[in-house]
Amino acid sequence: MTLAPSSDQLTVDASRGRRSRRGGGKPAGRASARSPIGYVFVSPYALLTIAFGIVPSLYAVLLAFTNADGGFAGFDNFTKVIDDFRFWPAVFHVTIYLVIWLLGLVVFVVGLALMVHAIGVRWVSTTLRFVYYLPGALAGASSILLWLFVLDPTASPVSGLLSAMGFDSFVQVIQPGNLPAIFAIIAFWTGAGGWIIIMYGALNNISTEVIEAARIDGANAVQIALRIQLPMLRKWVAYMGVMSLAAGTQLFVEPQLLSQASNAVVPNDYSLNQLAYQYAFQQNDFNGAAAISLILLVVALLLSWVFVTRGGLFEKE
Amino acid sequence: MAALSAERRRSSLSGWSGRSIIGVLLVVFVLFFAVPIVWLLLAVTKSSKTLVVAHPFSPGSWSAFVANWHQLFDFQDGAVTTWIGNSALYAIGALVITLLVSIPAGYALALTEFKLRQALLVLTLVVMLIPSTALVLPIFLELNSVGLIGSPLSVILPMSFFPFGVYLTYIYFSTSIPRDILAAARIDGCNGFQVFTRVALPLAAPIVALVAFFSFVQNWNNFFLPFVMLPSSDGYPIQVGLTSLLAATPAFNPSSAGSDSVQLPTLALGTIVSILPVLIVFLFSQRFLVAGMTAGGTKE
Repeated sequence: MTLAPSSDQLTVDASRGRRSRRGGGKPAGRASARSPIGYVFVSPYALLTIAFGIVPSLYAVLLAFTNADGGFAGFDNFTKVIDDFRFWPAVFHVTIYLVIWLLGLVVFVVGLALMVHAIGVRWVSTTLRFVYYLPGALAGASSILLWLFVLDPTASPVSGLLSAMGFDSFVQVIQPGNLPAIFAIIAFWTGAGGWIIIMYGALNNISTEVIEAARIDGANAVQIALRIQLPMLRKWVAYMGVMSLAAGTQLFVEPQLLSQASNAVVPNDYSLNQLAYQYAFQQNDFNGAAAISLILLVVALLLSWVFVTRGGLFEKE
Repeated sequence: MAALSAERRRSSLSGWSGRSIIGVLLVVFVLFFAVPIVWLLLAVTKSSKTLVVAHPFSPGSWSAFVANWHQLFDFQDGAVTTWIGNSALYAIGALVITLLVSIPAGYALALTEFKLRQALLVLTLVVMLIPSTALVLPIFLELNSVGLIGSPLSVILPMSFFPFGVYLTYIYFSTSIPRDILAAARIDGCNGFQVFTRVALPLAAPIVALVAFFSFVQNWNNFFLPFVMLPSSDGYPIQVGLTSLLAATPAFNPSSAGSDSVQLPTLALGTIVSILPVLIVFLFSQRFLVAGMTAGGTKE
């Protein structure tokens, strides 16, 4: 899970960027201006940024446009991976998963945050937030393993529920059609709590006078939630969207472990990232892998950009 | 509107029917989030037979727990211990570098002026939006070309690059530190470095802790990076080691019914062991964490 900077902070940042763009002058109060210490302090970070941010990105671009011998290949690598019979199914899988997950995330996180926030009894609300947040400690392979148990009717704590839904064996549960929903549930289980806490904080930020005024005007609780609290959460929902979407396109560990645990009932090229991995390590085709990585990177950045501009993430209110 | 005026505390839906719907929903989600964890804690106290036969939420026995414990730590001559050691090495190594690098960088970005400052800030924001897994394969290729694959550095160095930590620090120093204090220190004769170590750093203790927490949790739970960088089981962190355990579990991989096979409760114990450090850090820092995450939520 990644945590969000507060809306105040985003605003500060945006206004600063705007000011320097407009005025060109340096922001006031930067006391130790022109001291060489700035360079000393940022250079290790700048080095890491170059080594693990810029160089790999450029290297991926280089590889994606060259062939195995290092010659220029134009778009050959891209046409090759796109023509691969596994490519479009992987795109399809990841897309369906993203749609289910993002919808669920927005609806339930916002809904739960509003409901928890409406609770007047302090210890109840604190306890709820803690319980919702706890699964966040399990991430990566650990959470997938736990969910393998939950989804296996022989051992599952909810085997009654599973058989009521008509699932009697693990293989039945992990039918291809169920996988996007299963991955979405696992991701929601681990990640939602952190976002609920962030939304709760944002709700606290809405001044009580505004809520009180609406109440005096005759708005009921549902109207207040929909007309006042929800619009004021917009920026946060957009931020959650960016982070989750960008991360979701990279689906890897979930299908990888499920594939291993199901004796390849779940294919090991289910997601795009897995396909890139297959290219690199099974087919020794790093150029093809780089092409897929680049497609993923561009898609993640494009989608983020749409969310950032549409959601008004860096706007001043 | 008598019900409304009677409600002094904020309460969402008025009327008991609305409240009970909300109550039911909240409880359903409590079950959703908590049941798997509770079950997991109980599962490790059962034998593989009672796990299937007994009620899912019945407690097992101490002896079964001890047996599971031995099976787990005897697996491949103590591989689990090696993996946990590796995890600790990678997570803490990267954490230390992250702190040494991020805190001064965030400070300099917020409070000093230098060429390319704006560029570095924008770059930080962009890299923050790139999912870390998207760069794993390119980083593999890069490190492969310098011959670092398989060495601990191949995971520690990429994990040390933590733009989010720099951003957090930058935000903290540009909003929460009164510049007068820093100016006063300078007048009192501190040089730039001393202003940072003696004045700014002690004030920034909460943000250092927050960056450390996020870095540690992220490093410990990282799967894809070590999965790609470390070819040998001796170098696995526990998260990748779990796949070896899974592969040796006949319930999920029938072809593995050999001498070194792992039973379901042992796999469950492996899962708990793999998250124990993170869980402990979580529980101890819960209060402070929530405060940190909602820092924007309280206005002074």
